[in-house]
Amino acid sequence: MSTAAVLTAKDFANELDIRWCPGCGDYSILKQVQTVLPQIGASIENTVFVSGIGCSSRFPYYMNTYGLHTIHGRATAVASGLKASRPDLDVWIISGDGDSMSIGAGHTIHLLRRNLNVNMLVFNNQIYGLTKGQYSPTSEENKVTKSSPMGSIDHPFNPAALALGADASFVARSMDRDPKHLQEMLKRAYNHKGTSFLEIYQNCNIFNDGAFEIFTEKSSKKMQTLFVEQGKPLIFGENNELGIKLDGFKPVVVNLNEGHSIDELWIHDEKDLSKASILVRMFDNPMLEGDHLPRPFGVFYVNERPTYESAFHNQIASAKGKKAELDALIAGKETWTVA
Amino acid sequence: MSATIEKLSEVVIKFAGDSGDGMQLTGGQFTNAAALYGNDLATFPDYPAEIRAPQGTIPGVSGFQLHFSSNEVYTPGDYCDVLVAMNAAALKANLKNLKKGGIIIANTDGYDTKNLRLANYPDGVNPLEDGSLDGYKVYKIDVTRLTRESLAEVAGLGMKEKDRSKNMFVLGFLYWMYNRNMDFTINFLNEKFGKKPDILEANLRVLKAGYNYGDTTETFMNRYDVPKAKVEAGTYRSIMGNQAVAIGFVAAAQQANLPLFLASYPITPATDILHDLSKYKNFGVETMQCEDEIASICAAIGASYGGHLAITTSSGPGIALKGEAMGLAVMMELPLVVVNIQRGGPSTGLPTKTEQADLLQAIYGRNGECPMIVISCSTPSDCFDVAIEASRLSLEHMTPVMLLSDGYIANGAEPWKFPKAADLPTINVKFKTGLEEGEEKYLPYKRNEKLARAWVLPGTPDMQHRLGGLEKDFLTGAVSYDAENHERMVKVRQAKVDNVADYIPAQKIEVGAEKGKVLVLGWGSTYGSIKSTVLELIAEGHSVSHAHVRYMNPLPKNLGDLIKQFDHVLIPEINNGQFIKIVRDKFLVDAKGYNKIQGTPISKTELKSFIIENYFSK
Ligand code: SF4
Repeated sequence: MSTAAVLTAKDFANELDIRWCPGCGDYSILKQVQTVLPQIGASIENTVFVSGIGCSSRFPYYMNTYGLHTIHGRATAVASGLKASRPDLDVWIISGDGDSMSIGAGHTIHLLRRNLNVNMLVFNNQIYGLTKGQYSPTSEENKVTKSSPMGSIDHPFNPAALALGADASFVARSMDRDPKHLQEMLKRAYNHKGTSFLEIYQNCNIFNDGAFEIFTEKSSKKMQTLFVEQGKPLIFGENNELGIKLDGFKPVVVNLNEGHSIDELWIHDEKDLSKASILVRMFDNPMLEGDHLPRPFGVFYVNERPTYESAFHNQIASAKGKKAELDALIAGKETWTVA
Repeated sequence: MSATIEKLSEVVIKFAGDSGDGMQLTGGQFTNAAALYGNDLATFPDYPAEIRAPQGTIPGVSGFQLHFSSNEVYTPGDYCDVLVAMNAAALKANLKNLKKGGIIIANTDGYDTKNLRLANYPDGVNPLEDGSLDGYKVYKIDVTRLTRESLAEVAGLGMKEKDRSKNMFVLGFLYWMYNRNMDFTINFLNEKFGKKPDILEANLRVLKAGYNYGDTTETFMNRYDVPKAKVEAGTYRSIMGNQAVAIGFVAAAQQANLPLFLASYPITPATDILHDLSKYKNFGVETMQCEDEIASICAAIGASYGGHLAITTSSGPGIALKGEAMGLAVMMELPLVVVNIQRGGPSTGLPTKTEQADLLQAIYGRNGECPMIVISCSTPSDCFDVAIEASRLSLEHMTPVMLLSDGYIANGAEPWKFPKAADLPTINVKFKTGLEEGEEKYLPYKRNEKLARAWVLPGTPDMQHRLGGLEKDFLTGAVSYDAENHERMVKVRQAKVDNVADYIPAQKIEVGAEKGKVLVLGWGSTYGSIKSTVLELIAEGHSVSHAHVRYMNPLPKNLGDLIKQFDHVLIPEINNGQFIKIVRDKFLVDAKGYNKIQGTPISKTELKSFIIENYFSK
């Protein structure tokens, strides 16, 4: 294996021309990944990026690691076979909302329930970019696109809630426009032993520009987003004056300047499945008039449970105690001899 | 009391009854006893399509056919000499395959009003009573009553449990009829029910009662003897096709010094390979049951990239789903063996019936110009060799291979003079771990004399590269939309598969002269029928030869010349004419087809009369 020389982001990049549209949110994600990998001590040759099809799935080409650009929706399945058979490798799955929530949704949920120790990054831009702009399974209702001139009639998936429903052992959300937060989430995902599901809001400035503007722009970000941190109360707002408290199972917004105390607030506990279920369900459409909850970002849920590949190889290791002679296998249990 | 013993050279017995009657076990026991005795044999089970088909009905009939002989045996037999019919439905479903004058052993309890009605006999009609079976020797035995009587003194067992051993009565009776020793089954029962003494006792008693029934009943005057066959000396076992595929891959992995990885989704009739390989974890075999067919081939591709002998197993409908991923493996030029245990199609088709109708799908059924090596199995034991050969070609040529078997050989069994592990072929696999002398840069798509690119495993320092489904540059493997490069890549992928013809054996004539009037050209599971037909025709003085193709794509280099030595080429297939299209296309010969698409093997009788009628009747 290669020397333990100190690596930098550059070591993980290669000289290939990047073909994403100028201004695409993918650039930022690529940069944060390249920045984070040396910080977490990843090795170039033991890292494999596996992608499906879509704009985001070009990602492995821009990494100086091993990589597979597979077929639409199947990165999860290819990565499962790779990680199960080669637990020594660091496997990252790069997928988009179409790839992981539509054509490959079937594999996504099975990856999550099996809990292979891989990191799955879902670049959610709520649109099909590579095919030039059709609504995706995460597009909001009534979205006007080339394939939905009268507005889409499909109800969207909420990827984080879907992942939690599929028993993911790590569920988090971040955004392309907040490098610091994204880097933090990438590190958390990498350090989690099990499948880490990280949804990243990514702007497609060509076909769905500004889809997440309300969460990313300075003018609205503070009021519309809620960054959760382990052990901390849920607080947001221009001057952190707003908080979330639980009224039974119902999250409600309270103003700390209007008689509410910080002690009433919901304290984030990423190990609490029930609370995580409420958190990922905080999915109000911010464009709607009237009161609504902010959109949460951060690590919603973490649960350490055995990984698929460890159970897979434990079984083999324990079976290996039994004799394994090829001649005996070929002969089977009953033989007879003809003189 | 002392029945005369008549010598026979061969016998075909069909054991048929309701799914719950234990006919598979009965047939299997008689088979093993015959094998131990020294007969040559072949068997074929015939299961109901539904897991819980209604009792007593024709769809619920389960059968097991055994052909045992003092000569060489190539098929489970077209028509049976003896039909064991445990109920009216079993009789109705199988009578058409009983030889005229054949023996029917009927369990009269299975012919009461209810069973007759369930088998759709008109009211008041009982075939055992109405003279319709006059052309056969009918032995009516009230097996249920005799079983109960022989267990009258056994306490501790309910009526249901007692009745469950009635198949042992039939087995004992057949052992008497064919003058066989019961030790094999006695040992088997001791092992199986050693911990349940009541059940063991009941089965042993009933088995012996069946035997003694033959001995003491005046009704049955005839016993038969089928002497040992002159089979090659050596040690044998009985093998089914799917078992052979499974152990073949374990052997291949060992010969290639690679770990074996199977990803699969259950599908009839391929599932037993998944079952078997899942039992071989002590050999380091990695098996992953995936969420669907697509996931399983994709997981196998992942494992192949990681350096395993990777396989995925399925049948027609699953193969259709795997198509896109096969294209990915072709494009990434990674080894992978895709196993197709063919069944009746299209769509869900006839899951439990056999067919050879996926050949064109195997060779051509993917998008784009997407060549794959395709090889086929001809008999249950041949599956072992073919699994090793498929692995060898895939690993040494760095390209996916499709292995074709079918339901008939998957579940059929034959004696197998199995090889020693030390005598198996070696498979040469070498991972590239760094640059060689004079090499400046790693070029992922640089090829060797086989046109195979080098296999570099992730984890290898300084050899990082990216593979994918987009068109590749001829040398660097980088994404390339260049027009000329694409044409060059299409041609090189084709040439790589075509060149495999230099690394496979020449086509042989199986039986008959190298030149003559008719060549019967087969592939896959028609082997036994064709061979036994041609042997008979040759014995009768006709100019007929048989050649059987294993390598379907590419074809052996000499096949064209071999074909041209004959006036006529006949291609029997269990499909609507698929290999014939390829032969006509490649060699421009006016081949004729003999096609049967009834979910069953082609019979010797029909093939023989077709050949005589068409080529030798003037
Ligand atoms: S189409 Fe959208 S998602 Fe795709 S590269 Fe361009 S901006 Fe990015």
